[in-house]
Amino acid sequence: MTTLTLSRALNEGLRKALENDPKVLIMGEDVGKLGGVFRVTDGLMKDFGENRVIDTPLAESGIVGTAIGLALRGYRPVCEIQFDGFVYPAVDQIVSQLAKMRYRSLGNVALPVVIRIPCGGGIGAVEHHSESPEVLFTHTAGLRVVACADAADAFTMIQQSVSCDDPVIFFEPKRRYWDKGEVDTAAGVADALPLDRARVALEGADVTLLCYGPLVRTCLESAIAAREDGRSVEVVDLRSLSPLDTEVITASVRKTGRCVVAHEAPVYAGLGAEIAARVTEQCFYCLEAPVLRVGGFHTPYPPSRLEEHYLPDLDRILDAVDRTFGY
Amino acid sequence: MTVESGGATTAALQDHASQAPGTPGTPGEAGGLVQLLTPEGERTDHPGYPLDLPAADIRGLYRDMLLVRRIDTEAISLQRQGELGIWASLLGQEAAQIGSARALAAHDMVFPTYREHGVAWCRGIDPAKLLELYRGVSHGGWAPEEHKFGLYTIVIGSQTLHATGYAMGIQRDGAVGGDGAEAAIVYFGDGATSQGDVNESFVWASVFNAPVVFFCQNNQWAISEPLERQSRIPLYQRARGFGFPGLRVDGNDVLACYAVTKKAMQAAREGQGPTFIEAFTYRMGAHTTTDDPTRYRLASELEMWKLKDPIERVRAYLVRTGQAGPEFFAEVDAEADQLGSRVREACRTMSDPPPLAIFDNVYTEPDAIVAAEREQFAAYLDSFVDGEGEGR
Repeated sequence: MTTLTLSRALNEGLRKALENDPKVLIMGEDVGKLGGVFRVTDGLMKDFGENRVIDTPLAESGIVGTAIGLALRGYRPVCEIQFDGFVYPAVDQIVSQLAKMRYRSLGNVALPVVIRIPCGGGIGAVEHHSESPEVLFTHTAGLRVVACADAADAFTMIQQSVSCDDPVIFFEPKRRYWDKGEVDTAAGVADALPLDRARVALEGADVTLLCYGPLVRTCLESAIAAREDGRSVEVVDLRSLSPLDTEVITASVRKTGRCVVAHEAPVYAGLGAEIAARVTEQCFYCLEAPVLRVGGFHTPYPPSRLEEHYLPDLDRILDAVDRTFGY
Repeated sequence: MTVESGGATTAALQDHASQAPGTPGTPGEAGGLVQLLTPEGERTDHPGYPLDLPAADIRGLYRDMLLVRRIDTEAISLQRQGELGIWASLLGQEAAQIGSARALAAHDMVFPTYREHGVAWCRGIDPAKLLELYRGVSHGGWAPEEHKFGLYTIVIGSQTLHATGYAMGIQRDGAVGGDGAEAAIVYFGDGATSQGDVNESFVWASVFNAPVVFFCQNNQWAISEPLERQSRIPLYQRARGFGFPGLRVDGNDVLACYAVTKKAMQAAREGQGPTFIEAFTYRMGAHTTTDDPTRYRLASELEMWKLKDPIERVRAYLVRTGQAGPEFFAEVDAEADQLGSRVREACRTMSDPPPLAIFDNVYTEPDAIVAAEREQFAAYLDSFVDGEGEGR
């Protein structure tokens, strides 16, 4: 085991992917010499050359569009979109081309492209640097959408995503890039938890708290705080946002009878709505309370001096947990 | 409290304003319009594009053009008869498509729009596959690598980036220069040149010196919008600003389209980077079968372009030079008749896919969500006890 930051764990995972398959490429803005603005690709151009680690022109649609072409040629490009709020120019290529090519070709074409997107707020950034656009992609069939929450998962999930034959949108919790965790860099990914599975991050008995990405840590802290009130909170890290691992979700809710979903993205028409509907449908007779949601507001992301109010924190999450006991 | 902003420098604006506007439709650099066969069927020479095709090859180009026009005619009729949902006619663009496509090597990769029926023909795509798309039976569904012909792309200009990325892959495979070198060619129209993706692909192709040829069929109309709404300068001159050569070819001249494409592809394969080819042609039909061009263009314009018909001039040339006689033309006409009837038959006997095909090929393996929905829908279909659920 090695102690790594989440950013470094991604770097090590990408390094493994580049070593294991000569068809793997890294491409994006500033990913080469600079090593990425979050240093996720640090040193990779030096070690794997400019043919495999490509500093691209500044155009997100171009990054994804040319990655599709490279994938058609047999490559496995890993694209970096520098910040969540910059992905929108690429949405046409992602939604209309990347997601649909297998379907349109009746299975004749696979596009093993990974699109890494640092996401979420909490770093005091200017606008367009703190968004959570995951449901744009979960709503698009043909894409796999995942979010890592800690260093160990970052290391394995990025490798699993690269070896996946479907396109993967890979969300990285930018305010957790410098969180440290234990990573077994010698371990292969063959025995790791599959990419489309959720994980019980903390067992509990009274209420299920579903989360992913940057809020997993916040939810774990909330669960520990809830113990003071005598409440046993089970925290589930969804990991895969599309497909959803409803098996793990419903097993947990059937056990606890209560469910709260937390995400940074706006609550309205967010992933929590989909989860609430599915949990209600599949766990109806086990529920002691309606499924509650905690998340961002139906507003643009606010200026950073207000983000502490916008982002679900320990108190807002515990408030929702408390409310599930009021029915 | 406010902070003063920098403001715009008026000097720069004046500088722009003082520039004379370009004149669309006027060939400028690169020696003007490349033409090897006049509308009257007279063979001309161009110093940059010497061409000495055997008679059999020219007859072959004529045959290709005539046959794809027949496919097109049949498809329009099938749409009118309710057999196709829609059809995008290539009428008038046969020379641009056949000339360029016949200039490709078998291993070159093609990225088409949705109107490239002539190119598809040259790449060995069964015309029935094209009908499938316009009938609504599939989204195309051919294997791109097998035919070296990508899927029809309906979103305007998206495929230019795919071609450029593919060409970057050719570079990484070491398949530039030497024997077996490869290149990509991408087709798009005049309207597409306004798209961000197309301009981004120019940037990418240029800075990476990618082996890709941009083949723009300027057919003068983007549905109802004339070229003047897309550009103040001739389209081929755009390439210069991106740092690679552009040229304009008579898009109704199959020999010239063949020659310029051959040369541009060879340059790309040899590592000389991209070329922009503007094939100056005309969409003689409607944008698609749902369109009514009489609302936005004059009949006289069409009449003028009919005099430049891409097929007639080759026929005139073949006859005048004695390279083909009545027997050849009768043979090709008979072949076209047979092809037409096969196209009709293929369309009318085409069966719809079973309902559960909706769920196929979304992912490599059906994901949990798709698999569950498929199962639920299958059970729903099976719930019809009178047998209507059969055949799923």
